[in-house]
Amino acid sequence: MANKETMTLNMGPQHPSTHGVLRLIVELDGEVIQKITPDIGYLHRGVEKLAEHRTYHQAIPLTDRLDYLAPMHNNLGYVLAVEKLLGIEVPERARTIRVIMAELTRLKSHLLWLACHALDIGAMTVFIYCFREREVIMSIYERVSGARMTTNFFRVGGLSQDVYDGFEGDVQRIVAEFPRHFDTYEGLLTRNTIWLQRTVGNGVISAEEAIDFGMTGPVLRGSGVDWDLRKDDPYSGYENYSFKVPVGEGGDTFDRYQVRLVEMREALNIISQALDSLKPGPILADAPQVCYPPKEAVYNTIEGLIHHFKIASEGFPVPEGEVYQGVENPKGELGYYIVSDGTAKPYRLRIRPPSFVNLQAIEKMSKGAMIADLVAVIGSLDIVLGEIDR
Amino acid sequence: MAEENHAVIMLRARFADSIISAKKFRDEVTVTVRKEYITKICRFLKENLQFNFLIDVTAVDYMGKAPRFMMVYHFLSIQSKERIRLKVPVSESDPAIDSLVPLWNTANWLEREVFDLFGITFNNHPDLRRILLPNDWSGHPLRKDYPLQGPDREPYKGRLA
Repeated sequence: MANKETMTLNMGPQHPSTHGVLRLIVELDGEVIQKITPDIGYLHRGVEKLAEHRTYHQAIPLTDRLDYLAPMHNNLGYVLAVEKLLGIEVPERARTIRVIMAELTRLKSHLLWLACHALDIGAMTVFIYCFREREVIMSIYERVSGARMTTNFFRVGGLSQDVYDGFEGDVQRIVAEFPRHFDTYEGLLTRNTIWLQRTVGNGVISAEEAIDFGMTGPVLRGSGVDWDLRKDDPYSGYENYSFKVPVGEGGDTFDRYQVRLVEMREALNIISQALDSLKPGPILADAPQVCYPPKEAVYNTIEGLIHHFKIASEGFPVPEGEVYQGVENPKGELGYYIVSDGTAKPYRLRIRPPSFVNLQAIEKMSKGAMIADLVAVIGSLDIVLGEIDR
Repeated sequence: MAEENHAVIMLRARFADSIISAKKFRDEVTVTVRKEYITKICRFLKENLQFNFLIDVTAVDYMGKAPRFMMVYHFLSIQSKERIRLKVPVSESDPAIDSLVPLWNTANWLEREVFDLFGITFNNHPDLRRILLPNDWSGHPLRKDYPLQGPDREPYKGRLA
């Protein structure tokens, strides 16, 4: 038998199609992938350690920087976990605005995924279009929270502030206009021969394997498992909305593409229902020991100033115990496990990152495939390194 | 009460002497078990109680208490939509526990992360290397005795100090 040699190829951490600082050490036989060793941690900032030294409110900005493409979702999971520990109820208006912002975030994240995924495979036009639409959501983000990416908008007990006048109109415009844009993307891609050749039958993972690898989100649903936390373990009032959960069949790259496209349309569906049910009301829970006072009280009364100062500097004590809260992040199940020892700082904050867990299956999904298809598989996993490395 | 939970009843019936405690807090069931039985109990959870999804593996450092570490596993049943949390005490003198990779492939990286950040080793793990930190790093940052600013550095005293 002839001596068979493999070639080792380094891909990343500076590589345009690895979506951040992901490094893959790929062993190739010709162009066929034999082995992949992912090397991660280039963006490790020790978020979990940092959170142990901050009050519960001070840890919210840390969560923005996990999945920086879906910051509101990260905020949401964290504040829900803290609220569960405290046992406080969030007012209706705050819950509804949270759902609207979370679904806008899902749109934003999926738009960026589609843009980069298409660009990786060579479709430049879709990339430009998606960024154009994403910009609309970014401007809403900016007007609502003051920031385009690191929003830090949710607070334990509600929101940092109410939305601006005209917010409903801006969101309504998205609900009205975006379906047309989705039609454009689908027109450009869904029946495009090159797109089909690059995605159908590529990066296949079966339902059993996906569960074995702990995969969640669109990747799991693309493999045919009907599992969506918004439906199966609802939080923040998702049980009040009716929407479809798209499920794929074969578990290939094309299935995941279709699942995410339907999810974007369903996000609009949820947003429009939430807009209909949005009523005036308080945006913070009636829990003065936890929530910041309204800004008018801080600027005009000494009691309000003291109240604000106390919460900002000392935080608030949280009952001893431990909770886990999972939310359906655009990438999968984002979980927060918080252990409290009764003080104002979390004793341990564990973040269960969906991208980290999903990335693990990359060797399983692309072994035996061509090196060029690896790029499509990475794109269809929709990973973000801020969350993988934490 | 945790004792009314189906999974807890089944676990008590099968592994009576290996269960340390069962608690329910905020509607979440936590069962604390002995280290030696972890693989058997997890196999039972997976094959008999339909907890087919290993969501998360992590650890907590309770420095100053004995045993020092607590391994924390989160399971999910896609069929019954239930969740359960398993906790396993691990002592400082023998920080090792059996790996769950034979049961779930997802345990691979999650256990590597626990090894990396807590220094707990896993028996029969196929590829136990650091994952987030470089291979030549010393120390385990999520241990409570690891300083926030890192080793050999002065603690940050504020901008004006």
